[in-house]
Amino acid sequence: MQQGLKEKAIQLLKDKTVDRVVGWKAGEFFYDLTPAVFHTPEEIEKDFVFSVFSGANLSKYLIAESRKGGKVAAFLKPCDTYSFQQLLKEHRILRENVYVVGVQCDGTCDIEKIKAAGCDGVTAVREEGDGLVAETLYGEHRMSKKDALLDRCAVCKSHKLVVYDELLGEQGEEQDAGRFAEVEKLERMTPEERYSFWRGELSRCIRCNACRNVCPACSCEKCIFDNPDSGARNKAAADSFEENMFHIIRAFHVASRCTDCGECSRVCPQHIPLHLLNRKFIKDIDELYGEYQAGADMDTKPPLMDFTKGDADPSVVYERGGDKA
Amino acid sequence: MNRDPLIPMIGVVTKIRVDTPDVKTFRVVGLDGKKPFVHIPGQCAMLSIPGVGEALFSITSSPTVEEYLEFSIKKCGCVTSWLHAMDEGQQITIRGPYGNGFPVDTDFAGKDLLFVAGGIGLAPLHSVVNYCRHYRSRYGSIDIVYGSRSKEDLVDFQEILDEWCREDGINVHLTIDRAQPEWDGHVGFVPNYVKELGFDTSKTVVMCGPPIMIKFTLAGLMELGFDKKHIYTTMELKMKCGLGKCGRCNIGSKYVCKDGPVFRFDQLDALPDEY
Amino acid sequence: MKKLPLSKIDELFKALSAGQKLYIPADDAAGQAKFTVWQEGLALSQKLNTVRSAKDLFFPQVENLVGFKVTGKQIELIESRDPAEPFVLFGVRACDARSFDILDKVFLAEPADTYYKARRENGVVVTMACTRPAETCFCTVFGIDPTEPAGDVSCWMDGESLYWQANTEKGEKLTAGLSMLEDSGEEAVRAQQEKTREILGKLPLKDLNLKGFDGEHMMELFQSPKWASLSESCLGCGTCTFVCPTCQCYDIEEFNTGSEVKRFRCWDSCMYSDFTKMSAGQPRPTQLERFRQRFMHKLVYFPTNNDGMYGCVGCGRCLQKCPISMNIAKVIKTLGEDKK
Repeated sequence: MQQGLKEKAIQLLKDKTVDRVVGWKAGEFFYDLTPAVFHTPEEIEKDFVFSVFSGANLSKYLIAESRKGGKVAAFLKPCDTYSFQQLLKEHRILRENVYVVGVQCDGTCDIEKIKAAGCDGVTAVREEGDGLVAETLYGEHRMSKKDALLDRCAVCKSHKLVVYDELLGEQGEEQDAGRFAEVEKLERMTPEERYSFWRGELSRCIRCNACRNVCPACSCEKCIFDNPDSGARNKAAADSFEENMFHIIRAFHVASRCTDCGECSRVCPQHIPLHLLNRKFIKDIDELYGEYQAGADMDTKPPLMDFTKGDADPSVVYERGGDKA
Repeated sequence: MNRDPLIPMIGVVTKIRVDTPDVKTFRVVGLDGKKPFVHIPGQCAMLSIPGVGEALFSITSSPTVEEYLEFSIKKCGCVTSWLHAMDEGQQITIRGPYGNGFPVDTDFAGKDLLFVAGGIGLAPLHSVVNYCRHYRSRYGSIDIVYGSRSKEDLVDFQEILDEWCREDGINVHLTIDRAQPEWDGHVGFVPNYVKELGFDTSKTVVMCGPPIMIKFTLAGLMELGFDKKHIYTTMELKMKCGLGKCGRCNIGSKYVCKDGPVFRFDQLDALPDEY
Repeated sequence: MKKLPLSKIDELFKALSAGQKLYIPADDAAGQAKFTVWQEGLALSQKLNTVRSAKDLFFPQVENLVGFKVTGKQIELIESRDPAEPFVLFGVRACDARSFDILDKVFLAEPADTYYKARRENGVVVTMACTRPAETCFCTVFGIDPTEPAGDVSCWMDGESLYWQANTEKGEKLTAGLSMLEDSGEEAVRAQQEKTREILGKLPLKDLNLKGFDGEHMMELFQSPKWASLSESCLGCGTCTFVCPTCQCYDIEEFNTGSEVKRFRCWDSCMYSDFTKMSAGQPRPTQLERFRQRFMHKLVYFPTNNDGMYGCVGCGRCLQKCPISMNIAKVIKTLGEDKK
């Protein structure tokens, strides 16, 4: 698969369809890929990688890249294409300057999972059939790819590439992998249990802003949390509750625009399951306004940016039991 | 006084003088009515109004003034706007002095001095000029080239007319950018005026003003044959601690709050141009 | 050298926490290690290192500096700093132990930072040697020996025992009250160190070359065209800064509670877009300048001002936590390519 992408990238450069390519660049240990812009076939030959560790969603970089002149090619996995289309809908990416190559994907892996399974000192990882072989300083380890998948890939919602100029591999389908199971588990908790769960998880937050900076839905030129006039700017919160509000406010801000790409949880250095907040909102939106998937097409308006007579009334809060202490 | 360097003292603004439409001069003393601390010309202090913010300002008064510290401040942001709106008698916090100051007792001693300033850039140089006037015999000739947008924007205008212009051995050359009916002096930008006047390259130059004025004046001085080793300026960057610890105001390996704000241009050449 | 059977380690922790706080690396709910206040039942983490570094104990993320009460035109100062409390910091790795030297150079330089100084004076550092370094470790590049960590007390651990060696007066004083420690020979420790050194010899990053990262080459490195590609996917999130044991940039901000204005300091990152932004302009307008600043500081400016001591300890946290896998090792390698 990697070879196919490399060849495609080189071909697109050589026949001048584009003048640069956005992809993933090799690192030191095979799992530490960095998103990068490649300008020449030589650079692609040398450093371009597409592997089970190409989890980074490249669509957010296209906001700036599509405005730098010329034309840029990007390799987008199915989940990336949803983010890309959502950004197109919001007029953040200049479509005519991007050549999208849709790439099929059967899941990307999480080095943290591999390490948690007891692999210290991982120096290289290779695929062998359905499994992964990790070479480490302390010997070789094998595990199934399924056990090493990123959390978001384990409940992948769609193999469908919703926007592309060209397809590498086959088109896929949407699927129901039970991605709301964890959310339902939280919903079944009592308010006290749920409060305790989130206070515990969010207590590890170090306010590094990785989740916000990687999120394709968070593309405001001036974020409310960086704006001293907004009243919400806090580099250091007055107390831990105010600190937790960062995540809740952010989840509200991206609601109905979040495509559930899972990048927020992937990048969190403290392994906070942020995607559960966003998924709860998606589940609620599906129930209150009808099923809606952000970024699935260019035409449907996000429910929170639209109004129909049938929209849920505020009284729905009471129906759901929100008035109970 | 053994103060914690990050905890300020309380000062009182006893006098506020309006200099230009956007520059006011604030006179500050401690709660005991005395000068808050001693300083060297070119050093700065952190002034703040709790809840609004803190910022670094050049101490405009000469250290030879025993009773108070003065700050000429231009209104251009949050803290300065608040300062401009305050009344006399208002308390503020003050901590300092910070920075290296000008080498008035070492490199400047015995030299002919040329001061070049634009707009509010006169503020830090004002301290040096008055220091040199106080210890007049220690210095050679003093030339001052000072320009602003208009007559109304000349800072310390009255003092310049009443005192500086009237002293022997001090030559004041004022200019404004564009002709005005109330002005019968020189009209033209500071860099051009400096070139027109043509100074002896043995002079030590002290410059402060908007970046564009500095850029062109420096070029002009180079053309006249000056050596960067004898041209001094004072830099300004965003600051928070003032102690060289918070990591914010560095130009390469030098911190403007601690190794500066006074730098020679040959020193700046050896540093990355991030300012 | 003293030793203690591991079965008695809780007794040791109990003694260390009598009359003061004891911090040990313990696993959090997500399975990562964090310095936690010891209580009965808290187990020592088996992880190589904590996610947040030990600098938190001396330079906390948020710290009150002073308070002001403003009434009309008058201002009153309110002393509001955290009271200095004695504490023991156990299980610090050699990399974090070296980071204290680096932080000392900044905070204890004249005029000394009294908040940091009080914490340093009140803290006793008990370090722990490493036995299973990770592929992301490169402390040896900076002359740090993970088998011989510096500290008031140095410790080694094998399957059976904890070995304990007091190095400083503070360490001796702490040791004096620990009756459960027995005298011990050094053979077991030396053997362990030998084994660990074999692994150090296999670390993929052990040959990182720092030649040319100095004041003499400041302008050349600053102007390198390689910064563009190094910085292009940097998100400017600040994760590297917050997990780094040596990063020490801070912001001073104020919070108005209504009855008091609290002035505090908090961690800041030179990677953030508003770090150097002022009303007169912005000297670092794009992520390239900000990215370059962080690494130029650690690899060139800091050593220039501190007799060649680098501002990095090779702990590898930025390699593990950067969302897009950019880190100081890649910067050193990439810029080092030019100097062949």
